[in-house]
Amino acid sequence: MIRYIPSGDSAFIVKAGDVISGEVHITIRKLLRKLDEAKITGVTDIIPSYNEILVCYDPMVAGYRQILDDLRMCEADLESVKLPLSSTVHIPVFYGGEYGPDLQYVADLNSISPEVVIDIHCSPVYLVYMLGFTPGFCYLGGMDPRIATPRRETPRMKIPAGAVGIAGQQTGIYPIESPGGWQIIGRTPLRLFDPQQESPFLLSAGDCVKFFSVTEDEFSRILSEVSNGDYIVRRTENS
Amino acid sequence: MNSSIVIQSAGLFTTVQDAGRQGYQRFGMPVAGAMDIFSLELANTLVGNHPGDACLEATIAGPQIEFTDERAMAVTGADMGPCINGRSVFINTTLMVKKGDILAFTGLASGCRSYIAFSGGIDVPVVMGSRSTYLRAAVGGFEGRALRNGDRLPLGKTPPGVKVNKIPPGAVPVYKSSQTIRIISGPEANRFEMEGLRNFLTAEYSVTDRSDRMGYRLDGEQIVHNPGGADIISAGISAGTVQVPGDGKPIILMADRQTTGGYARIANVITADLTLVAQMKPGDTLRFREVTLDTAQNLLHLQRSAFRM
Repeated sequence: MIRYIPSGDSAFIVKAGDVISGEVHITIRKLLRKLDEAKITGVTDIIPSYNEILVCYDPMVAGYRQILDDLRMCEADLESVKLPLSSTVHIPVFYGGEYGPDLQYVADLNSISPEVVIDIHCSPVYLVYMLGFTPGFCYLGGMDPRIATPRRETPRMKIPAGAVGIAGQQTGIYPIESPGGWQIIGRTPLRLFDPQQESPFLLSAGDCVKFFSVTEDEFSRILSEVSNGDYIVRRTENS
Repeated sequence: MNSSIVIQSAGLFTTVQDAGRQGYQRFGMPVAGAMDIFSLELANTLVGNHPGDACLEATIAGPQIEFTDERAMAVTGADMGPCINGRSVFINTTLMVKKGDILAFTGLASGCRSYIAFSGGIDVPVVMGSRSTYLRAAVGGFEGRALRNGDRLPLGKTPPGVKVNKIPPGAVPVYKSSQTIRIISGPEANRFEMEGLRNFLTAEYSVTDRSDRMGYRLDGEQIVHNPGGADIISAGISAGTVQVPGDGKPIILMADRQTTGGYARIANVITADLTLVAQMKPGDTLRFREVTLDTAQNLLHLQRSAFRM
């Protein structure tokens, strides 16, 4: 049951559920596809999240009744929408050392070794539920609770782009330098956000992510390949 | 070589802004753009530009600018006492300037943000569809940052046939230090106690100094959540969304807002009144008043018809 809730006079919330789940996520992706294809007159931006989609519009171009009618049209035949196969993006990470100052803390708190933390962090295929917070920041689902760690009591003033962290039951990557309270366990040489590229964002909602551990030498090599534009990010199609 | 303006003095906080960066919010990219879209569009219209073209947004204390050629310019929004070559000039009016002229500001009389438009617009590179500055990621605008003394900004070619126009005073809002801001009830209004909702709609709130282009943090009577608490599943927010975190103090989200947020959305400021909010500064006070969606959209049409010449 899809619900439509006004969010002020220039946006509608299209709500697909009240929980975070794989099923609701699929409904969101199907709806998003229909909304994108519909190219509704007056719509200026679309923000999908875990359980709803915010559709922004210009009320000087289309009034709310017209937008609501157009939105409702997209709800029809949702089951028949065929989503393209998702792909898994493989992300190299150098764990520990100066790039992962909190790796030991995460290990100690969970009474395991740093090596086991790395193994556990590299095992799952994480689902990108949504992006938000900062440009290119992914909300990933699927972290193993055995490495869950609360946020730092005092956030750091500066966390570099590419830092890989843990906050409670979540894991994620900082796309730009920003302050933050996550436990930093490593760093990726990849750029999640590069405004100069034609496609400025590495990941989209619906993608999957798998981390793999690299040595410091490999990290440096990939970093220079990325800045020369030579590194090809490995993507595999999910069956 | 195209012409330019020279920033002799940058003022307190001056950035290049246009109508904002649309279409990338699904990747977490904020819209940025002018805080006060009404004044941006007004300024551009006065100099014959497209309403959403890039202008300067000056905050509290204006810049000093030297012109290098003949063109039209206009100042809208806050009244910071503009003068050209030391002689006081009107806001909300097309002004013709020539090579060597100097625009300066004597001091803030009303509002918070002035928009300075130049015929031809400010021709900084377009990044992801917009020229607006998003400071946190150093994207867009002039080198992704606020202006500094000595910067030289490129201008576009002046469109032909710019006419001198003056906006009648009644067509522009009065930017007072105490305002009534109209809102529409938000998607999580049911997450608050009756008393909290009553406070929200009756009490006076003041703008704190922790307010910026991202949002206005207000202080005043606490808006108490019901036992469900303040947190929601992170979801999209739009310009003017009012969030209430656990401390019960409302935040109005503005141009540089994050694309998604995790606090209960009690209300949304109507688009027509975002110009009033954008022109408030720390210490100013406001009250909220609820209107219907129909009223909100009618008010916007009425407001914007004032300068569709």
